[in-house]
Amino acid sequence: MNTLPIAGMTTSSPQGDNIGDVLVVGGGISGIQASLDLAETGFRVFLVDKSPAIGGKMSQLDKTFPSNDCSMCIESPKFIECSRHPNVNILTNTEVLRVEGESGDFRVTLNRKPRYVNEDICTGCNACVQYCPVQVPDPYNENLSLTKAVHIHFSQAVPLVTYIDPNTCLYHQDEKCQICAGVCQHHAIDLNQKARKMEVKVGAVVLSPGYEVFNPAVRGDFGYGKIKNVVTSLEFERILSATGPFEGEIKRPSDGKHPHRIAWIQCVGSRQVIPGGNTYCSSVCCAYTQKQVILAKDHNAELNATVFHNDIRAFGKDFERYYQRAANLPDVRFIRSYVSIGREIPGSKNVTIRYSTDADGVKEEEFDMVVLSVGMTAPKDGKDLAVKFGIELDARGFCKTNPLNPLETSRPGVFVSGAFQGPADIPESVVSASGAAALCGQLLAYHRGKLSREREYPPERDVSEEEPKIGVFVCHCGANIGRVVNVPQVVHFASKLKNVVHAQESLFACSTDNAQQISDVIREKGLNRVVIAACTPRTHEPLFRDTVREGGINQYFFDMANIREHCAWVHSKEKDEATAKAKDIVRMSVARTTLLQPLQEIQLPVNKTVLIIGGGLAGMTSALNMAEQGFEAYLLEKDADLGGMARRLHYTLEGVDVQAFIGELARKVFRHPSIHVLTGSVIKEVIGYVGNFTTRLLSEGRAREIRHGAVIIATGAEEHKPTEYLYGNNDRVLTLLELEGRIASKEETVENAQSVVMIQCVGCRTAEKNYCSRVCCSQAIKNALKLKERAPEREITIIFRDMRTYGFKEDYYREAASKGVRFVRYEPEDKPVVEAVVEGGRNFLRVTVTDPILGQKLALDADLVGLAAAVVSSSSSQELSRMFKVPLNPDGFFQEAHVKLRPVDFSADGVFLCGTAHYPKHVAETISQAYGAAARAINVLSKNSVTATGAICDVNESACVACGACISACTYDAIDFHDTLHGKKAHVNAVLCKGDGLCNAKCPTGAIFLNHYTDEEIFSQIEAS
Amino acid sequence: MSTVHEFKPRILGFLCNWCSYAGADLCGVSRYQYPASMKIIRVMCSGRVDLEFVLRAFAKGNDGVFIGGCWLGECHYITEGNYDALSMMHLGKKLLESAGLNPDRLRLEWVSASQGIRYAEVVTDFTEKLKVLGPIGTGEGMDENTLKLKLEAITKLLPYVKLVEREKIRVHFENKAEYEEYFASDQLKSLFNELIADKLAVSQIMSLLQAKALSTGEIASGLGMSAAEVTKHLKSSARQRLIRFDDNQKRYALA
Repeated sequence: MNTLPIAGMTTSSPQGDNIGDVLVVGGGISGIQASLDLAETGFRVFLVDKSPAIGGKMSQLDKTFPSNDCSMCIESPKFIECSRHPNVNILTNTEVLRVEGESGDFRVTLNRKPRYVNEDICTGCNACVQYCPVQVPDPYNENLSLTKAVHIHFSQAVPLVTYIDPNTCLYHQDEKCQICAGVCQHHAIDLNQKARKMEVKVGAVVLSPGYEVFNPAVRGDFGYGKIKNVVTSLEFERILSATGPFEGEIKRPSDGKHPHRIAWIQCVGSRQVIPGGNTYCSSVCCAYTQKQVILAKDHNAELNATVFHNDIRAFGKDFERYYQRAANLPDVRFIRSYVSIGREIPGSKNVTIRYSTDADGVKEEEFDMVVLSVGMTAPKDGKDLAVKFGIELDARGFCKTNPLNPLETSRPGVFVSGAFQGPADIPESVVSASGAAALCGQLLAYHRGKLSREREYPPERDVSEEEPKIGVFVCHCGANIGRVVNVPQVVHFASKLKNVVHAQESLFACSTDNAQQISDVIREKGLNRVVIAACTPRTHEPLFRDTVREGGINQYFFDMANIREHCAWVHSKEKDEATAKAKDIVRMSVARTTLLQPLQEIQLPVNKTVLIIGGGLAGMTSALNMAEQGFEAYLLEKDADLGGMARRLHYTLEGVDVQAFIGELARKVFRHPSIHVLTGSVIKEVIGYVGNFTTRLLSEGRAREIRHGAVIIATGAEEHKPTEYLYGNNDRVLTLLELEGRIASKEETVENAQSVVMIQCVGCRTAEKNYCSRVCCSQAIKNALKLKERAPEREITIIFRDMRTYGFKEDYYREAASKGVRFVRYEPEDKPVVEAVVEGGRNFLRVTVTDPILGQKLALDADLVGLAAAVVSSSSSQELSRMFKVPLNPDGFFQEAHVKLRPVDFSADGVFLCGTAHYPKHVAETISQAYGAAARAINVLSKNSVTATGAICDVNESACVACGACISACTYDAIDFHDTLHGKKAHVNAVLCKGDGLCNAKCPTGAIFLNHYTDEEIFSQIEAS
Repeated sequence: MSTVHEFKPRILGFLCNWCSYAGADLCGVSRYQYPASMKIIRVMCSGRVDLEFVLRAFAKGNDGVFIGGCWLGECHYITEGNYDALSMMHLGKKLLESAGLNPDRLRLEWVSASQGIRYAEVVTDFTEKLKVLGPIGTGEGMDENTLKLKLEAITKLLPYVKLVEREKIRVHFENKAEYEEYFASDQLKSLFNELIADKLAVSQIMSLLQAKALSTGEIASGLGMSAAEVTKHLKSSARQRLIRFDDNQKRYALA
């Protein structure tokens, strides 16, 4: 079951089980993604994690913002992908001891700490856990519940084996107990296991050690540690979780009662200048608090939720709407106030909070429970890693990175991904992981495929002569399904259905052991068809098809009955009806499965060329990386020059000269022999599919045709043209980009300006453009600092709604304030007013705004007014969306396949996304994402073939009357007539058929059929409905 | 309206994999609640939904049939099957109507992958509408046998309907409103009456005669048609030698 190298492998052998391409340090979501991208593109990876299982912090989260996806549900398939991947070697309970060598040739000594359980023998049966007499706080549940001294990290852990905590184990303390060793039938317990050293050779390293949660216990912030009902947000995350200490019921620690009034306190450990705090913004807390509010209200609709916050930083894609969703729930208050804890009320153990509002002054209010929205700090072992790998850290203890390539550390060959770069959410961590993989690929391109191995499946059993023997597995999904749907009843029901020979429950069908068990049952019981009643096939079908293949039957002998998204989650209050519906769904699925046929997939060749649309910063970065990795790239730009929006940027907040960088990048792109730059180009037509696209375009007026295997959309965004604040009528009113241009060119109007006012949120955060443009707050700060630098006495005012200088940008916000930049908050219903004034022979602008603290109108006289004009989607998006069959979100930006885990992919295979076409973002973020998109595109292009689905059409010739109805329906031109002994008959070209089945609905005789969705299969579902 | 107090409609939904099914998934992920009235069959494209699926679903006793697809212009496939689904839905409504069933029992909606809340709203709304319409057949004042017979008659006619659709009816418009206008037009009405409605009536009569020979009056009351209408169809069918008048029984029978 496990192919990990075992004890004694510390010396290098020529076959090289210890020779790899890349070492990934840290097995959180970022490390996992980096490993998978590398493994899929032909590199061999060691994935090292110091904890007993991979998964990192994401595995502890209940849900993820802003889609409320179940965190474990979306992450655990990745665990299995890693564990099944022949090119990924997972080493848990392992630390780095020593690093020698240099980029391209590192020798890394690892310390495989003892887990006192032999990983290769343990089956994860949990017998030892049952018998272990020592109860200890469970670190996975943030010590809110108890587990045993020997236990499995969490139910879906990979590897799914127990480990013993030597600090609490009786044997390790005073050799008193060996019960576990006695009860283990497999003799997997090895209480005397010793640490082993292992040396691995790799060409590159990705550091993804993640972050630490700020610990409020150190200073006792807000009574944490003393007052029982004050918990951290990560603790609350576990409390919300169905696998948490209270099985998904919200209870408070002091007495286990359901709290009715919960307060969240934002910025705990973040945005603090006091000792022990962190000055920067942790970027994620606003959104995760909104998530927790929404979920808590979902658990208990009567709940009163109060969030005490500073700015609301809803700067990410769809965050603004998410905030509104939380804020608009009944009995939810967002109060802008600093707070202090009053006291813990004896008896009730409730907690009071003192806060003040502009309207009511200071108040003290009682709550049943208080959640501290704690921030992110540098990982504990960051310093240690820095010393061992010879990399530099920044003053905050995070990895010091190249400001124009946040994936590069100070040492060549060592890359960084995830929150070790600085506070990051999940998609950013995933993007940077793919990006780091792209940089490793660039470094090691010469070695691609040298060490990689193929996955082997057992031979497929021929079941054509067998009666249908269906196995039904009904998943509890922890409590996600089981809490609503009566799973045992559904199992019993399923077991009585025709052709069902086996029915059982699964706690988590997608966990390694359950999946393994399913393939075992297929073999043992001779099943030839499988129904898994669990979640949606859109996320889990690939995983279970793989499981079915492991069981030795054709992967199309499988159907998913979606009793979670379409049942348990949407009928959570009607348990009986949900159970009845789940039975119906299973009955329909079994009926369909009875008729399923084995199908073979076809392999199509891959054209190893990429087309990149958009020659801005994103497009150029992707092109250069892919070309360096040995792929041909066509870089298409609609303008006459490369550079895009970046041509209007002159410096970053961090002080980098953007023009110099972009100039150098364009030079490299033009000079690269594998990059073909096509300026003045516009796409006319796209045909084909992943691996084999043909794009026709006009380039400088000439028609061209490009054949390519993948495409990256990097078309950028545009600047909103304001219609308000006298813009266009008065040349003293500029957009921030225009202001930046004038500052850079030292234009007279700027040089002479004594007073500059900037107004934020112009053209976004409105009903029509309901999103935040993310970059403008930092842009305003950047301009303010530049203006102050030139003339410190100059008066600068920024009129804002929320300052969204997230992450380390917060420090520049503070710098601006300390240099005398004035900040005035305005409310959207009381916008500032700009008037042109002539007074005393002087022309200037007067900006009137209500000061919320004084409650009075302020009049500011300004020589220049800068408007933070929104970043709006590119005008070409609609057209491209149509041509490439990829969706846009309501704001006109491209919609990725999955917000969290596929942030640069589209659901359409072979099409990828990066830069501001996805959403507004900063220069460094764009670069990171461009590398990420390159890695994802190489996932396709590094293979010699793509697998096309077996679910395509075919014709029953005896029923075909050659009417041509199918042919006229198929715009893929996949059907034509061919001559047979019985005359003309329709014939399907398997390579061209995309399996939509439109022809089926047109055929008057039912002669043409879509495999896997045949009339008979669908009729059987209807009959069973 | 004789709506039974406790009536809970049963709906069968066909959702395209790329938009509506994904929207339904998102709806679940977001925990938006809706009634447990609808079961789903996943198809790759709404254009895959065959009229026969719809009819079979009603014959199986479903009170409503739902089709969910991508918004026009957003189909995952270049075949843009959602236009076909729209056209099929209109034709389906016509067929239901001509069989005396309420066409509102068939509903098509566009739900994109990002419209979780819309999915919940649409299912809730459709369920409420069907509650008002009442159970299939009963709501129309039709007994179970008549309902079966009528649906069977349409199903038998489907190969012909598909040919007619392709040759005479199929159009392509850019938006939903234009389709609505077209299917409500007199031109379409006369095409439908001329090419399909009569055939459908004959098909129903023949289905009815399959069991036993019947008089004009009996046929008329069995199918809810006027005697004059029945006579017209009987005459033409007799001419085509589909049926005959049995002198002994003084009834019409299959030829």
